[in-house]
Amino acid sequence: MTVSSPSAAALTAAFGAAIERHLVSCGDPIVYVANARAHDVLAWLQTTPGQEFNYLTDITAVDYRDPGRPLEVVYQLRSLDRKADLRIKIALDTGRPLVVDSVYDLWRGADWLEREVFDMFGVSFTGHPDLRRILMWETYNEGFPLRKEFPLRGHYNRAEQTRQALAANPEAHYSVEELTIAEAFQELPPDVRERLSHGERGFVK
Amino acid sequence: MGLNPDTSPVNTEDGVVSSMSPNWMTTKLDFLANWARANSLWPMPFGTACCAIEFMATAAGRFDLSRFGMERMSFSPRQADVLICAGRLPFKLAPVIRRIWDQMPQPKWAISMGACASTGGIFDTYAMVQGIDTIIPVDVYVPGCPPRPEGLMYGVMLLQKKIKGESFMDSSIRDEQLTDPRTGLFLPAQRIDEISEPFGNSVHQTRSA
Repeated sequence: MTVSSPSAAALTAAFGAAIERHLVSCGDPIVYVANARAHDVLAWLQTTPGQEFNYLTDITAVDYRDPGRPLEVVYQLRSLDRKADLRIKIALDTGRPLVVDSVYDLWRGADWLEREVFDMFGVSFTGHPDLRRILMWETYNEGFPLRKEFPLRGHYNRAEQTRQALAANPEAHYSVEELTIAEAFQELPPDVRERLSHGERGFVK
Repeated sequence: MGLNPDTSPVNTEDGVVSSMSPNWMTTKLDFLANWARANSLWPMPFGTACCAIEFMATAAGRFDLSRFGMERMSFSPRQADVLICAGRLPFKLAPVIRRIWDQMPQPKWAISMGACASTGGIFDTYAMVQGIDTIIPVDVYVPGCPPRPEGLMYGVMLLQKKIKGESFMDSSIRDEQLTDPRTGLFLPAQRIDEISEPFGNSVHQTRSA
């Protein structure tokens, strides 16, 4: 087993019991953090001299097949200056609502990453400015496809899936923020302006 | 014709040629219209995946789809004759291809290129349409994963053969197929479930509905 990351030791010194455990897997340092302090830990890692994890590579989640095993939200951090990587994991009890603090305020790149985790795993990120589906269409209501209890073909039969997909409005999948048309909003055609202004998203008949 | 008076196109009682029965004039008109249509098809490429790469190769110089009168790609559905769906179609794109199909004027045809567009292919999952014929009516299915350009050309030639067999006088084949207003589907729900049944290895996967 390779030596643990210096960040892990520094985290344990700074946060004590909030650092649940740390290990090295395939050369990658992994730190498990308690959900309640996770945002503090990530902010500390971003700003503390000597850590400076200024780049959020990815946010994802893992749902294990083993019954009772917690779902893990994974943050892959990188320090571009120090050329160091660190993986932070939050274990979430699947019996309770899956809620994590958003890190959108720390790394703006977390916007779509957190939306994807929400879309695929149903993890809610408190403090996210625009938490809605990103890969599946917005009126998709069969659940969260990457959870292990989700059947491969979905919950509905094919005819019902086809009907619901066709009932979606393909032009209503954009928000003002997403299109960055906030500046050009006044130049849009009146009907589009009217539609976007009251946040139309699509509909299910 | 003419041997059996019942099938004669000429109504001998009032001497009027029925417009609905084939005769020299209408068959020549059919030939002319179909010849023109079949040899100047304007394809609307709907490329979503690797089949679109093969489609591009088909349209490029080496295979040269323009030999079949299809060199004019129509990127506006309002000027297109053939919708070529090249690639898998996720449910998220289903309303998009339906709208494109609705925007195309008659006469129009559809080619389903590749295994995924025709049946869903290996993607027997929650996100994938199991054959675009559950969304729009399809004239020619081109098998392959992805099909070779020769395969697509064979499909195009089959479509031309089909067009040349159509009758100008039979307007019913040009009627828009209307969807069920309650469900928005062309086909009955049971029919869609039937043709979306899993096949091959995927029958061993668990099914919830």
